[in-house]
Amino acid sequence: MPEISRDEVAHLADLARIDLDDAELDHLAPQLAVILESVASIASVEGLDEVPPTSHPIPVTNVFRDDVVVPGLTAEQALSGAPAREGQRFSVPRILGDEQ
Amino acid sequence: MTDWIKKTAAELADALAAGEVTSVELTQAHLDRIAAVDGDATAGIHAFLHVDAEGALAQAAASDERRAAGAPLHPLDGVPIAVKDVLTTQGLPTTCGSKILEGWVPPYDATVVRRIKAAGLPILGKTNMDEFAMGSSTEHSAYGPTRNPWDQTRIPGGSGGGSAAAVASYEAPLAIGTDTGGSIRQPGAVTGTVGMKPTYGAVSRYGLVALANSLDQAGPVTRTVLDAALLQELIGGHDPLDSTSVDQPLPSLVDAARQGATGDLTGVRIGVITELSGDGWQPGVMARFQESVDLLVKAGAEVVEVSCPTFVHALATYYLILPAECSSNLAKFDAMRYGLRVVPDAAKNGGLPSAEDVMKATRDAGFGDEVKRRIILGTYALSSGYYDAYYGQAQKVRTLISRDFAAAFEKVDVLVSPTAPTTAFELGEKLDDPLAMYLNDLATIPANLAGTPGISVPAGLADEDGLPVGFQVLAPALADDRCYRVGAALEALLAAEWGGPLLAQAPAVEEIR
Repeated sequence: MPEISRDEVAHLADLARIDLDDAELDHLAPQLAVILESVASIASVEGLDEVPPTSHPIPVTNVFRDDVVVPGLTAEQALSGAPAREGQRFSVPRILGDEQ
Repeated sequence: MTDWIKKTAAELADALAAGEVTSVELTQAHLDRIAAVDGDATAGIHAFLHVDAEGALAQAAASDERRAAGAPLHPLDGVPIAVKDVLTTQGLPTTCGSKILEGWVPPYDATVVRRIKAAGLPILGKTNMDEFAMGSSTEHSAYGPTRNPWDQTRIPGGSGGGSAAAVASYEAPLAIGTDTGGSIRQPGAVTGTVGMKPTYGAVSRYGLVALANSLDQAGPVTRTVLDAALLQELIGGHDPLDSTSVDQPLPSLVDAARQGATGDLTGVRIGVITELSGDGWQPGVMARFQESVDLLVKAGAEVVEVSCPTFVHALATYYLILPAECSSNLAKFDAMRYGLRVVPDAAKNGGLPSAEDVMKATRDAGFGDEVKRRIILGTYALSSGYYDAYYGQAQKVRTLISRDFAAAFEKVDVLVSPTAPTTAFELGEKLDDPLAMYLNDLATIPANLAGTPGISVPAGLADEDGLPVGFQVLAPALADDRCYRVGAALEALLAAEWGGPLLAQAPAVEEIR
């Protein structure tokens, strides 16, 4: 049975780009440990060596359509929910670190 | 004066066709009801996050004009409907019950919404839900919970508690829900209404803000089985915009519902799922379930017990696959293109905040606890070193669950169980015990994992608490008609015993206006 420590939860939150504060870590880490302990029972299911995985409930193979142009969103529509914009572009915070 | 809000959608369609009422009158009657009982986060049913009175009345007026010109678009043209706030609506806010999408107005319609508009149904508004459809109580909505019309101290189920409560409290005759692990069926069960999860792919997911792509399915939330069949036929069918959409016709659902309503199930083979009973199942739920099974036997059905041994692992399978898919899906809420953007005062190192700093601050401020729990759990399940032991293992067990269904459907036409192990619990009771909350989905989850259809119909009231119990009917993929036939039969047999629908026994919802 895997343990999940407060530090691990902090690391996972970092990977998931969620800035949890100390109080949230104290609150969520023990809850996640309980959930994980329950779902970890899956590891005990035996006889799965020959069983194929299912990623999708209905068998889907490549789905194609004719390569024809259809109308999409206008730039105005696409930008309509933008938190910040500059002309016809999304305006975003700096994406490079200090050293880059 | 006719009490239009108590009528079924099929009755309203007939009344519109006969010229007994106009769509504007119907729509206004429902808007008045919403104004009287819906309230807000602090009091009332709170089924709606957004009511579009002006838009609905304009659509109703257009419907009346079409009808006057002898050209209605569809039998349900003019019958009002409510839509769960997880489906995009052009020009109407779509929040998914989350702060991260507060105020967002989508630039396009979901296919389901487009089909509703194309058939002329006025959209009353958007219904409340657990944030991004994660939950079984609607308490995880960032905008406050919905209350159960039977007892406002109780949960209305989730995630689609808003749609179910709207229909149960006569705020809307029809609603759209979505079901990833039971979010249509369990709210139906605990509010005494009908909820149908169609076969995976039978209703387009285009414009449905994804929780877990391989599990999500939109479907009808109604007061009768026939209304659900009418609505699924309207919203279902192949959609080129959804590559997982099924490109083959289903048997007629409305015919199946009408056939079932005769109450004759001669020759229908029904399997009671052994694994979905026992410890933890409320006695009053099991009693109503057993009585319903007995009625089906009297109606001519042949009932046997069927074991689906892998179902005992369904909950663990689901709570690995779902968080894995959701952690990936919700990565799109990155504060860059739409939705909330929270800019911290400074980066951790004191410099100007970077895009990553903004993402982290936004996602912390914009997501609630349950969403954070599931994203972190999914991130864990997909981490290298754990992937094979958890996510990979869950995908294999998922195959076994599908095989259990396949083996069962060799022997029987439909499988049945109670929809949920208990009746509606108290608001707040399980809010900080996520595992207890998850257990509520025990009976509904297998159908999502296997992509099979399932319906919940009211089975009566539990003796302990006088609250509604749901009866679930599961069928093979693409045999949605069987859910409607057996569901309609049970509905008709029970209505004959009760002298009317179960909702007629509900206490009057207090008007708070």
